Amino acid sequence: MFNPILKKTVLFAAMAAAATGACAAAASAADPIRIGSVLSVSGPAAFLGDPELKTLQLYVEKINAEGGVLGRKLELVHYDDGSDAAKANSFTKRLIESDKVDVLIGGTTTGATMAMAPLVEKASLPFISLAGAVVVIDPVKKWVFKTPHTDRMAAEKVFEDMKKRGINKVGLLSETSGFGASGRKEAQAVAAKYGITLVADETYGPKDTDITAQLTRIKSAPGVQALFVFGLGQGPAVVTKNYGQLAMASLPMYQSHGVASDEYLKLSGKAAEGVRLPTPALLIAGALPAGDAQKPVVTNYDKAYKERYKTEPSTFGGYALDALNLSVDAIKRAGGTDREKVRAALESTKGFVGTTGVFNMSPLNHMGLDLSAFRMVEVKNGDWQLLK
Amino acid sequence: MLPQFLQFLYSGMTVGSSYALAALGFTIIYNTSGVINFAQGEFIMLGGMLAAIMAGAGVPMPLAIVGAVVATAVVGLVMEKSVIEPARNAQVVSLIIITIGASLTIRGLVQIWLGKGTHSLAPFSGDTPIVLLGASLLPQSLWVLGVTLAIVGALAWFFGRTLLGKAMLATSHNKLAAQLVGIDTRRVLLLSFGLSALLGAVGGILVAPITYTSYDAGIMLGLKGFVAAVLGGLGGGVGAVAGGLILGIAEAMTAGYISSSYKDAVPFVLILLILFFMPRGLFGAKLSERV
Amino acid sequence: MKCLQSRHRGLLILALVLAVLPLVLPNAFYVDVAIRIALNAIVVIALNLLIGYTGQISLGHAGFYGLGAYASAALTTHFDWPPLAALAAGALATGLLAWVLARPVLKLKGHTLAMATLGLGIIISIVINNEGRWTGGPDGMSVPAFALAGITIAGETSWYIVAAVLLLLMTWLALNLIDSPVGRALQAIHGSEIAARVAGVDTTRFKVRVFVLSAVVASIAGSISAHYIGFITPGMAGFFHSIELVTMVVVGGMASVFGSIIGAALLTILPQLLQAFEGWEVVVFGVILMGTMIFMPKGLVPSIAQRLRSRRK
Repeated sequence: MFNPILKKTVLFAAMAAAATGACAAAASAADPIRIGSVLSVSGPAAFLGDPELKTLQLYVEKINAEGGVLGRKLELVHYDDGSDAAKANSFTKRLIESDKVDVLIGGTTTGATMAMAPLVEKASLPFISLAGAVVVIDPVKKWVFKTPHTDRMAAEKVFEDMKKRGINKVGLLSETSGFGASGRKEAQAVAAKYGITLVADETYGPKDTDITAQLTRIKSAPGVQALFVFGLGQGPAVVTKNYGQLAMASLPMYQSHGVASDEYLKLSGKAAEGVRLPTPALLIAGALPAGDAQKPVVTNYDKAYKERYKTEPSTFGGYALDALNLSVDAIKRAGGTDREKVRAALESTKGFVGTTGVFNMSPLNHMGLDLSAFRMVEVKNGDWQLLK
Repeated sequence: MLPQFLQFLYSGMTVGSSYALAALGFTIIYNTSGVINFAQGEFIMLGGMLAAIMAGAGVPMPLAIVGAVVATAVVGLVMEKSVIEPARNAQVVSLIIITIGASLTIRGLVQIWLGKGTHSLAPFSGDTPIVLLGASLLPQSLWVLGVTLAIVGALAWFFGRTLLGKAMLATSHNKLAAQLVGIDTRRVLLLSFGLSALLGAVGGILVAPITYTSYDAGIMLGLKGFVAAVLGGLGGGVGAVAGGLILGIAEAMTAGYISSSYKDAVPFVLILLILFFMPRGLFGAKLSERV
Repeated sequence: MKCLQSRHRGLLILALVLAVLPLVLPNAFYVDVAIRIALNAIVVIALNLLIGYTGQISLGHAGFYGLGAYASAALTTHFDWPPLAALAAGALATGLLAWVLARPVLKLKGHTLAMATLGLGIIISIVINNEGRWTGGPDGMSVPAFALAGITIAGETSWYIVAAVLLLLMTWLALNLIDSPVGRALQAIHGSEIAARVAGVDTTRFKVRVFVLSAVVASIAGSISAHYIGFITPGMAGFFHSIELVTMVVVGGMASVFGSIIGAALLTILPQLLQAFEGWEVVVFGVILMGTMIFMPKGLVPSIAQRLRSRRK
């Protein structure tokens, strides 16, 4: 009874010691700029994390091919948190303590970002989040920035359009995922500002296969004039399909930027005709007028991504690209990787043209976008049409 | 009032028939081997994904369907031969872990080889909704329901009239006795996995035009199919179908009349109630436990 | 007498390893992993008492873990309760829930028991996900630091000490339980419940007690983990976490306290090591699960112990 237990524990301790020794010895010889990244490349948020990683890998390669930054190469150290916030927290510790990164990009979901934020605050590490919720930068945290539009902005953009068309009674259908729940909260918070009352408030699950019950309820809500769907990926496509099945075309449907992708059009088919939503410029790169500040940036990204990965770029990948470019720009302006200098440089970013919009950061605004970064589009004849 | 209720009912029947097909697969494997196959959901996903991708690449629909079904059946056979058979004398918990491992492996490989995107399949007879008594039904839902009932009928004939079917039935009743009368129970086990995989694939293909499919489409479906199967008593085709339909309709009614955010809790609340008050499920047989 | 010695020896070795480990680990990240292993091990040891020794399956234990975590988070954040009180409240509530449900649930066997516990865990995670006002919803909520009598536990070193002490405590408790008449009753139930009943063991009472104990331990571990990580999401109470816990039990070794620790260690370290297999993590994890169950069905520690024992003969 005694010997096996002793042998086992000693063996385990020895293995642990060997493993740690091996990891410690893997120190890098060159002097690269380390970009750390924790993304949800697998799990429920893979739809977002996968293009984010692909984008980072593509552009780190490109930047290095063009000579790097300040004469140094970029090195991307990334971990997949599997859409689990606790793992995101653990990998962030690893990036800070073991890999000693200079900048952190990631936190695909709001949950992951919020789990990572306290660590970067403690370690004084510049962190650019790729999550959507407004809570990431409000209240402002010294070391946390973000590139995506907030869900509050999406709601405001949609309500702005509705108000213009005289709509004031709206049925809300949100996803029970983080994106949808946060969007719902923000929609409820800003509705009154645009004179809008939410006469229905239904939810659906991200993997639901039939949402006709919820739509039926919304259809019969008293005085409802429009439908606002807040979700991303497959769910809104099912909603759209069911919307067509229930012949609800007389009730205008608005979606969130979560469906700003050609995949949505492909999946929803003709039922998506007439749907309106806010989108970053990337989706309609071709339709942008010639003088548009973002046109060259988004067109280049579109081309480069298609060339490498043979598929449409997604707006989520665009968030990652902006984060990377913002970091590189900040490092250049700071003249090195001194963390406080890079942070200050990030905070003073002005007029930076990205795929998501034009960034103007400040000490109180760590996102830097305003409503003009969103363009309202409508689906016409199976394609996106820019609304004036 | 009535059209609203009917709409919820149709919605429930559509979703319920997909649960029923999943439940059938669980039931067959459980009956022949006592294994709860957590990879059943992945069989359903494989059917839909493979068919969608092949059809998307230009393969004519009938061929894509047959190809997907056969490929999934093969996966089921391979799974049984490589991981279930070596562990057939293990404890229930170990077998559960093995099937969970298998489901992760299948899902992981699909994620790598077929990507993380969502795919759709063209509906068999168009997608113009049929309006019945004020509520609309997709023609594809009728296909799902119809084929499910046809499958139940076919299984009843298979188990009742064919030698192979009777052998499988015998194995499920008493493995030792079946072996004693000369039935190769290992072949029967292998076949049960192949059959369940085949049925799962058919189910996945039938519902893909309605529900879309992606590498993780199997998770929830597998789980709810399991619930439907236990609800029906893990006995036979009738129980599985009844369990699935009841589950789907209960979910839809909850979403329609009570609260849409708790609709996902319905299957699990239902199963707790049933297990507490009717542990054999709705149609399960009374078993006596050997001491 | 020899059994008593071995029990103490095992505990001593564990204490030694835990004391030496932080001196060997290169940086705070490794200490973080060690803390997570210890906290997981606590739950796994308790779960093993249920699954390994008493032979009852639970596919929903993460639900109890999540209840503890969210009780601590919600009570300290929304109601300004002191962390220890919140932890106790969480443990009490979880214990009560487990006790109320134990009798009807434990009447079931095999797959029906698996299904019932699975359903329970999922219902808990759905409620946590939906009641955003108290739980922060799917995006989760942050948890204030753990403070007791003015002293806040912060930093990896302090937390390591807390986790290590708790792990030693749990191990000692479990070992004592197993070697007591209660433990023997549990193993009798596992061997054959009807025989145990015939022999006069009140099987229901024991099963209920172990179920409640394992639920309470899970809740406490959840509370402590919540304070340590500082941020929790509904995923902690979800189906996948329940499966992870069961896997730790089964891979480490059923009916083996030290096996539970090894199982927790392996499965906590695994995602870190698997990062090298870009994209293939899920597949490798699945293959490892299947492989371990097929080639070492009793779990790592008992299988190795058996092999060493047979070699000694």
